Amino acid sequence: MPSAPPSLQTVPVTLHINGKRHDLDVAPWTTLLDLLREELKLTGTKKGCDHGQCGACTVLVDGVRINSCLSLAVMRNGAEITTIEGLGTPERMHPMQRAFVEHDALQCGYCTPGQICSAVGLVAEGHAESRAEIRELMSGNLCRCGAYTNIADAVEDVLNQQQKAAAE
Amino acid sequence: MKRFDYLKAGSVAEAVSALAAHPKARLIAGGTNLVDLMKYDVEAPGLLVDINGLDLKRIEESENGTRIGALVTNSDLAYHPGINRRFPLLASALLAGASPQLRNAATAGGNLNQRTRCYYFYDTATRCNKRQPGSGCDAIGGVTRIHAILGASDSCIATHPSDMCVALAALDAVVEVEGPNGRRDIPILDYHRLPGETPERDNTLSPGEMVLGIRLEGEASPRHHTYLKLRDRLSYAFALVSAAVDLKIEDGVVRRARVALGGVAHKPWRDLEAESLLVGRVPSADATDAFIARLLSGAKGQGGNDFKITLAERVIRRALRQAAAGTPQLQHEKAIA
Repeated sequence: MPSAPPSLQTVPVTLHINGKRHDLDVAPWTTLLDLLREELKLTGTKKGCDHGQCGACTVLVDGVRINSCLSLAVMRNGAEITTIEGLGTPERMHPMQRAFVEHDALQCGYCTPGQICSAVGLVAEGHAESRAEIRELMSGNLCRCGAYTNIADAVEDVLNQQQKAAAE
Repeated sequence: MKRFDYLKAGSVAEAVSALAAHPKARLIAGGTNLVDLMKYDVEAPGLLVDINGLDLKRIEESENGTRIGALVTNSDLAYHPGINRRFPLLASALLAGASPQLRNAATAGGNLNQRTRCYYFYDTATRCNKRQPGSGCDAIGGVTRIHAILGASDSCIATHPSDMCVALAALDAVVEVEGPNGRRDIPILDYHRLPGETPERDNTLSPGEMVLGIRLEGEASPRHHTYLKLRDRLSYAFALVSAAVDLKIEDGVVRRARVALGGVAHKPWRDLEAESLLVGRVPSADATDAFIARLLSGAKGQGGNDFKITLAERVIRRALRQAAAGTPQLQHEKAIA
């Protein structure tokens, strides 16, 4: 006997996004990326390849950077999610956002929200010390404009600021 | 993506019985491979069983060894102090794979069970015996740069894409699985399989079985190891050829040699007979030549990947030299000694 076709049942999910609680009913095949962009209109997070290859969709889930395109929203029930909108505002920028501006670490800007979320995750992970390590640990974020040199400069700058602050 | 039913498993027993009851059920953990495949309609599970709530996230260390829960992320495993002390080869291989974002989501169990990245497996407009048994293989005679040089069949020339599994193969890991008939252990070398006439089966799991964890005995060499991976980009790409090497050297003589290759076959490739040619000898070019000759004696190119046979020779030569010298490849260091 053939099995019944999958239902259109939604699943209740609670997500804490940029400090705000959202109680949602989501179709289980909704990716976290599509939920953020299409349902919640948080369009700062970008859809590049939609296959985990470019990093444009990078967000922080419970403080850890992941590709939101490869995560289903239902898998993240209860999680704290930070997108580029939650990091800072034009008036009160996150230090990483400020560093990207100061170092001119972008051209078209499409990959930038993902680059910044990824860089914030990298700093929090605490595994990058050298320039070579920064480059390796930012390799999940592609920039087709090729702003890599300045992106690495911005990340290095924030790491140095942090080390200086810790030493004081 | 096709629609599916969703079940959040509350226990291993519930996950196993759901898997056993629904032939089109799939487990989801990190999702980094399965969600990708579902977007391409290569995978279209009728039921998705979410195992993220299960208590399989721990790394346990004891006198007898180390047990890695199936849901430990690749990042947590790669940076775990005990893993770095006892099995630095495994940590290094993990850091050679994917990107930080993917490693933060991908799990140990999912890494074992990830599917090939063969272009033809992914492209539903082509024939693929792995995706659709009996349909044929358009990779054979097609674009074969990334395909197998060892253990391929007339049905399938795909490779296993994992870096972690290559290190696990060199370290003789054991995979703990549970299914409708209870729990059993599968040695890593028996876990993945060669394609033969049934390439749709990547591994030797029985229907309804799921991975609970991975066990490693004792400790590996703290110095005489390396994971050397060559690929088309300097990072964030699958291996064309990689080698995981673990040597036990006493008084300058090799007492144990374990070498696994990645990117060359449907499973991490080891040849215990060939390894015996390295044992009882001082590391030397002669011993290495004999080892390579034996290990690659059955190697066969598909045209576009003929270069991999020479590349494999060179990767092995470099990797054995690094391991013998106690200078393992650092994954952020792009120059190769």
